Formats: sequence, C-alpha cells, structure tokens
Amino acid sequence: MVHAFLIHTLRAPQAEDMGFCRVLYSCVFGAENLPDDPRPHGAERDRLLRKEQILAVARQVESMCQLQQQASGRPPTDLQPQSSDEPVPLHEAPHGAFRLAAGDPFQEPRTVVWLGVLSLGFALVLDAHENLLLAEGTLRLLARLLLDHLRLLAPGANLLLRADRIEGILVRFLPHGQLLFLNDQFVQGLEKEFSAAWPR
Amino acid sequence: MFTAGAESLLHQAREIQDEELKKFCSRVSKLLQKEDLGPDAADALRRLFLIVSATKYNRKLEKTCVDLLQTTLCLPTCPEQLQLLCAAILREMSPYDSLSLCCDHIQNTRQLSLVASVLLAQGDKKQEVRNVGLRVFKVLESRQPEGPSLRPLLPVLSKVTSLAPGTLHQDQTNVLNKRLVDWLRYASVQQGLVHSSGGFFSTPRARQPGPVTEVDGAVATDFFTVLSTGQHFTEDQWLNVQAFSMLRAWLLHSSPEGTGTADTDDRSELEGSTLSVLSATASTSRLLPPQERLRDKAFEYCQRLIEQSNRRALRKGDADLQKACLVEAVLVLDVLCRQDPSFLYRTLSCLKALHTRLCGDPTSVRALLPLAQFFLNHGEAVAVESEAMCQHLFTRTPSELFHSPTLAFEFIQFCRDNLPLFGRNLSVLKLSFPNLFKFLAWNSPPLTSEFVALLPSLVDAGTAVEMLHALLDLPCLTAALDLQLSCLEAFRDPQFQGLFQYLLRAKASGTTERLAPLHQLLQPMASCARVAQCAEAVPTLLRAFFSAVSQFTDKALTNQLALLLLERSESLYQVPGYEASVHRVLSSEFLALCTRHPSLVVELAKELLEFLGGTSGLRSGASMLSSVVWATGEYLSVCWDRRCTVEQINKFFEALEALLFELTQSRPSATLPRCPPQVITTLMTTLTKLASRSQDLIPRVSLFLSKMRTLALSPATSSEHCEEGVGAVRRRATELLHLLKMPSVAQFVFTPSVDVSEPRYHRDTNTALPLALCTVSRLVEKEAGLLPG
Repeated sequence: MVHAFLIHTLRAPQAEDMGFCRVLYSCVFGAENLPDDPRPHGAERDRLLRKEQILAVARQVESMCQLQQQASGRPPTDLQPQSSDEPVPLHEAPHGAFRLAAGDPFQEPRTVVWLGVLSLGFALVLDAHENLLLAEGTLRLLARLLLDHLRLLAPGANLLLRADRIEGILVRFLPHGQLLFLNDQFVQGLEKEFSAAWPR
Repeated sequence: MFTAGAESLLHQAREIQDEELKKFCSRVSKLLQKEDLGPDAADALRRLFLIVSATKYNRKLEKTCVDLLQTTLCLPTCPEQLQLLCAAILREMSPYDSLSLCCDHIQNTRQLSLVASVLLAQGDKKQEVRNVGLRVFKVLESRQPEGPSLRPLLPVLSKVTSLAPGTLHQDQTNVLNKRLVDWLRYASVQQGLVHSSGGFFSTPRARQPGPVTEVDGAVATDFFTVLSTGQHFTEDQWLNVQAFSMLRAWLLHSSPEGTGTADTDDRSELEGSTLSVLSATASTSRLLPPQERLRDKAFEYCQRLIEQSNRRALRKGDADLQKACLVEAVLVLDVLCRQDPSFLYRTLSCLKALHTRLCGDPTSVRALLPLAQFFLNHGEAVAVESEAMCQHLFTRTPSELFHSPTLAFEFIQFCRDNLPLFGRNLSVLKLSFPNLFKFLAWNSPPLTSEFVALLPSLVDAGTAVEMLHALLDLPCLTAALDLQLSCLEAFRDPQFQGLFQYLLRAKASGTTERLAPLHQLLQPMASCARVAQCAEAVPTLLRAFFSAVSQFTDKALTNQLALLLLERSESLYQVPGYEASVHRVLSSEFLALCTRHPSLVVELAKELLEFLGGTSGLRSGASMLSSVVWATGEYLSVCWDRRCTVEQINKFFEALEALLFELTQSRPSATLPRCPPQVITTLMTTLTKLASRSQDLIPRVSLFLSKMRTLALSPATSSEHCEEGVGAVRRRATELLHLLKMPSVAQFVFTPSVDVSEPRYHRDTNTALPLALCTVSRLVEKEAGLLPG
C-alpha cells in the first residue's frame, strides 16, 4: 500500500542555490505507529515529524531527478513547458525508484517511486515490497490526471489553492493509498465520474 | 509552473499572524453555519487548507471552527467538494488531541471512508484503527442489495488490516473471506447498464449491454477479472477490481499463520509430503472452510490473469496493466504456496510454462524477477532448475537493460532481499558481478547504498582481485556503456575490441586485463555527467569492498591486493577529481593491509623498492607515497619479520634517500607538483627509523638532516603555506637529529618492540615515551650548550 503521495517543486540542476525545494501538496494515508510520547505536545511533535519526513523525501527525489537529468545530458530548459497544447510525453519523463532504510526517515523501510514532469516532482512512498510496476503506472496516471484536470500547463497555473480537486482525484484513483488494477475502460469510467462531479 | 506568485502565496500562508488567523477562522465558521453551503465556503476552506498545510508547525485553529469542520464532514447533505476539504484539513492537522470525530453513526459509505481517513491519521493512540475496522466490518457484513455502495469501504478495510493486523478476529475474517470470494469469482460477466438521465420511473432505453470483453476485444471466456473490459461496469465488477487490488495484503495479514514463513526445513518436508498426495482439482472447494475457499478462488483468479496476460491488448494502458497483473499474480501465488503447500504442484506447472513464455519476450523482463523469487522460495521442495533460471536472469538481463532505472532498482533489491535464499545459486550471483556492476555504473546515485549493502555477499577470495580492478574501472565502464548505447563504431577497432569485450563481460573471467589503452581512448568522455557521478560513488564502494574483504583475507590475498593498489594508483581513468579521491582511499587501505599483515613489507620488498625508486612513486600522488614510506619505516624491521636483513634496510635507505634528494632539490614543474611537507617529514622520519636499525647509516642521516635544517626557500616561490611547511620540516629535522645523538634511545623510539602496546609502557614513568623524548631533548640541548661554538 501507499503510505504517502506528494507533489513538490523541481528546480533545474544549476538553480540549487535559488530558493528551496517546496512541498506543494502531500497526503499521508494512515499514520506510522510511533512509540508513545509521554512528553507534552506529543501530537505536535508527531505532526512535525511527519511533515519533515515528507520534506526529506521531496529533497531526495529532487536530487535524484537532477542527477538523472544531468546524467542523461538533457538540457535544463526541459523543465519549462513549451506550449500548453502539446501533451506531455510522460513515458519519457525522468523517473526512478530508491529505497529508504528503516529509521531514515520512516520507521519502516520504504520504497519511493518518483516521476518528474516539467518543474514538478510526483512521488509515492510505498511499503517495502510493493508491486512496483503497478505503482509506476498509478503514479503516471495520477500525474496525467492532475496535469489535465488542474490545467497545470497553462501559464500561471498553480495547485496551491486546488486541494479539493487533488483530493477528488486521489479519493477515486488512490483511495486510502490502495493501488488499483484499473484497465483503460475503468480509468475512463472513473474519469467521467470525476468530471461530472467536478466540472472544469 | 511554480511561479513567483505561488511562492508568495506560500509565504503569505506561512506568515499569517494569529490575530488574522482567528478572524479568518470565525469567517469560516460563519460560512459553514449557513444553510446553503456555496462556493464561498469552498473557497474559504481551500485557503484554510493551504494555511494549515503550508507550515510544519502547528496552527492553532479556533475550537468552534474545528468542531464545525467535523460536523460539516458528517452532514449527510454536504456536497462532496466540502466534505473532501474538511477531511483534508482535519487530516493535515493530525494528530489532533481534541478530535471528537466518530464513525459509528455515519450511513453514507463515502462519508464513512472520509471520516475513516481522518481517524486513521491520528496514530492509533486511542484505538482509532480498531474502531474504524470494526465499523467498516459491520457495514460490509450486512447484505443489503439496495444499500449504499460498498466501493469506498474496501480500501479502508485494506488499510486497517495492514496497520493493525489483529483488529478482526477469525469469525469476522471468515465473513469477509466469504464476501471476497463472491466478489472475486462471481462478479457479473455482463456489461453494466448505461443509466439514462430520466427520472426514477422512466425505463432505461439503453441498448442491451453485451458481455464483457477481454483486452484483445474477444468476448470474455471465463469469469470477470481486472483484465476484463466493457463500456460500463456494474457495482460487483467494481468490487471485483478492489477485491483483487487488496488481495495479497489481505491474504498476508488475515491469515493466522501470518506470512506463512515456517521454518524452511519443516516447510520443505511438508511440501514434499503433500506432493505425493495430489489434490489437483477444486471440485470439493465448496465444502472448504472460508479461508481455504478464498485461497482456492484466489488461485483460480491468478491462473486466469496469467492466461489473460498473454493476449495482445488493443490499448497501451491495458498492455501495461497486463504486465502489472502478471507480477501480482505471481506474488499472490507465492503467498498462497507459502500458506498452503498443497498449491505447489498446480502452481509449478503453470509457472514453468510462464517462465518459458517470458524468456522469449524482452518486454516482460520485470515479471521475471517475482518468478525467480518464487522459484527461490519454493525450489527446495521440488527439483526445479532454479539454477538455470538464475543463470538466464543474471547473464542476459543486466547486459541488455542496465539503462532502465526502475528495473535496475528492482533487480538489485531482488539480489539483496534474497541473499539468504540463493543457496547453491549464490555462486552464480557472485560470478555475475561484472554484469551487476553495469547497473551501478549507469545509475550510481540511487544504487550506491544498495551495493554497499550487497558487496559483502558478492566478494570472496576467488573474485576479490578481479573485483577491485572492476571497481577502480567503474567510471570507465560507464563511458563504455554510453558508447555502446550511442554508437558501435568504436568497438570495431581491432586494437580495442578485446579490451572492450573484457570490460563489458557478463561474468567474472578469473583473469585481469590492463585497461590503460581504454582509459586513453575514452578520455573525451571523462567529463560526462554520468561518468562523473559514477566516479563520485567509487570511494564509498572501495571502502565497503575493503571492509568486506578484511573478513576473510589471508596473507597471500593481502599481498596481492597491496600490489594491486600500488600498480593501479598510477593507472586510473582520468576523471576530474577521481584520482585524488581514490588515492586517499587507497593509501589508507594500504596502511590497513600493512597493519593486518606487517610482514608484507618484507615479502614485497622488491616491488616496494621499485615503486619508491622509479618515477611511479612520484606520479602516484602524495598520499600513496606517504603511506608506502611510512609503512616501510614502521614495518621493515626484524621485530615484524625475522627475514628482514640489514641489506634490505640499506637498500631501502638508499632508495628513500635518493627520493628525498630529488624531491627537495628539483624545481617544481608542471608534471611534478610541489611536494607537500608531510611527504618530506615522513621521508625524514622513515630514514631515521631505518638508521636506528642499521646504525652504520646514522652518519649519513645526520648529514642529510643537518642539510634539511638549513633548507632555504627561493624568494620566487615563497608563500605563507610554504613558510609553515618549511618550518615544520626544520623542526622535525632538529628533533630527529637530537634523537640520533643517543642511538639506543632512537632505537627504542623508532623500533619499539611489540610489547610497547602494553599499557604499562605508557603508565610507568620510567618507560613512558613522551617523558623519554623530553629528557633526551633537554640533555642534548644542554650538551650543545656546553660545546664551544
């Protein structure tokens, strides 16, 4: 199952000194069973830990994506959309997977599957032995849906005040972090359902 | 996409002050209390979500506001958009101590699912997971055909089972097992109705829906699965999809034996005995208890998926899904066989056929890994040639598909996870290290830590030397792979063909080749980013290698490795910065080797002399040279090896003296950078050490040291650094000279017996070294004062 889904900024490799890696949206499905914290403000500490775990993942994904971009010799301008009409070729987008050891930063060992589309990074934090093929497919699907339904390619688009739509997509395509085996027709059906409930 | 506007929006959300937030909360509360929840409410909630989620620190929201969020979430008439936003905000705030949300009375399953998502995010301090699980179970067990859709609840069930496996007891699990069987096996095979937009009483004038189809367009031949398609789907078909999606986790967590990881010996015994009592058919399955019945149906489902994945899908999305289904089917079968070995016989024949099919299909490589996993898990019980399977996997796949980042990751993870299971096949893994290194050379950032964990199991006495060469040549391998992908012309050149073949070999050859010509040929590629990334990873890998090797190395291997280090330190692929970082590692590892087998200095005296005498020593860089010199000084003595002769000491002395002369007299040039003072002082100290052992040399050393004391700097080359360095050299020369004036003390200081590591040598004031040195210095200085001039 998926433990968390996040969307964050991806800066061009040379732009590392400018700004920070920002988590634009994150959703944690369930919670880690942390040992009881007898100190006061235990709940706040737990939340802080969760946010920092997500940020740590985002930073690692950004770094992996930048390294991959550099290694493959793609120009950094690849990160900017050329035009909003061209469909983004998701199958060629940089992607990868890496392992997170136990304790660093999650209690359990986990696997991260990530995808970089233009200047956004999408990542799924999975349990250690998940079906990676399915996870990759789901991540591509989510990215495609988000790009389409939130019109992220249009100039000036952002997803900071669009949490309801993002949640609408997640609740259908990744409910409670469950990866679904959806064939094309099922995806179409769900997408129609979503479009009907959320007219653009 | 992430424009300056968005950055400022985030900034605003983070910087909002308490007072302003309070006002905003009361505005939200007002909006939520209205009868008609319009777009203003949604807008306000979106902003509130951003405010709460933008910072990692807690936001104090007004209690009325939070309470209203919870009540709005549970309102039956609340539109989906607002429900989602309320749930999202409450989740973002979690864990939240004063949450009063409760799932007991919510009828709408979609709302129940959202409420559950908030409760499950609390961290289970108050048994939230259990409560949610029991509530969901209650809804799932009721069999209301016209009731609310159960679709939103299965993912909740799956999440609860994986978070807290013991939530449901066996009876409850059995009820769910029965329902899962229905959903998995008996979903409708007719397509769903298209609902017309007419009212409740209007008859739907849709066409009669036809049967569902397979992904290649043919009419469905058997029961409905996730690879069945149609225009519209019925409720039970949706539940079929969800049920399969959660099947593996459910089987693992709901079974009382858990993952079924019984003792391997017991298991193979059990498996062996069960095989002789076949139960090949499922005709009696209806009489089986619910758990066994579920396993039976799961087995049938997986078999069907394997058959369906062989069809040629019409759409690309379906083709991708087929592969994912194949992987999942094999994984589920593995779980089933582990839990109930009686499935093994049926499964094996099915999977052997699958293996043959997949071997011929290059696009299905990802499915080969779970298949190999299956054979490794169960290979003991049946005479399966898991060796042939591993051979194929390790020989072909990496050479062809090293460039796929996710395959590379999965492959290496497979190796790591299955180390205890490889058994006989471990030698196949070990000998395939050249192929595995291709993954590493191409994708070093994510795989370096994986290889550091894997190396101890990959290296053994037989492959250590070859592997060390391979690690040092890893960036060269990266360049060669890049060349292989982009153009083949370079490989046709007969001069280099043999070397390229060696570099790109799939298995350990047992021999080593000197790749210096390739280093030169591939020099233009040394500045590629991918090559540079690989080069950065090598020092870490080298350390892991030596740490692993130290566990089993013997004298002979230590000597071989030491020689290798000396040789390779001047023969590395010239990636910027690579040589320097590798030298640092090699020099410290050389010293570690010497510490472990001090007699290596005497045994390899000839080679060490060559190294020091020739120009290679100078070319190998300061750190390497320092290490060799220091090791000589430390270990070239009778204490460490009785075979050490005075003649040897003298020979080394001459070589070092010549070296020191060359370093201090020659002008710095482009090829010979200025020698760091550490090298000079090490040389001087080593010369003194040797002299203390062969006392005829003392006059020569003293002469040399006196010259060093008067070392002058030419004005053209002086700088701060140099001043410091020269000062250090002078001071050291003086100290050494003093010591040499008392030869027996010098001997004690420079050639201590092995007993010196005993604590008493350092605690006893009569024998403590620092005290001895102080005394000597004072005596000598006094003496010097007494002498005229």
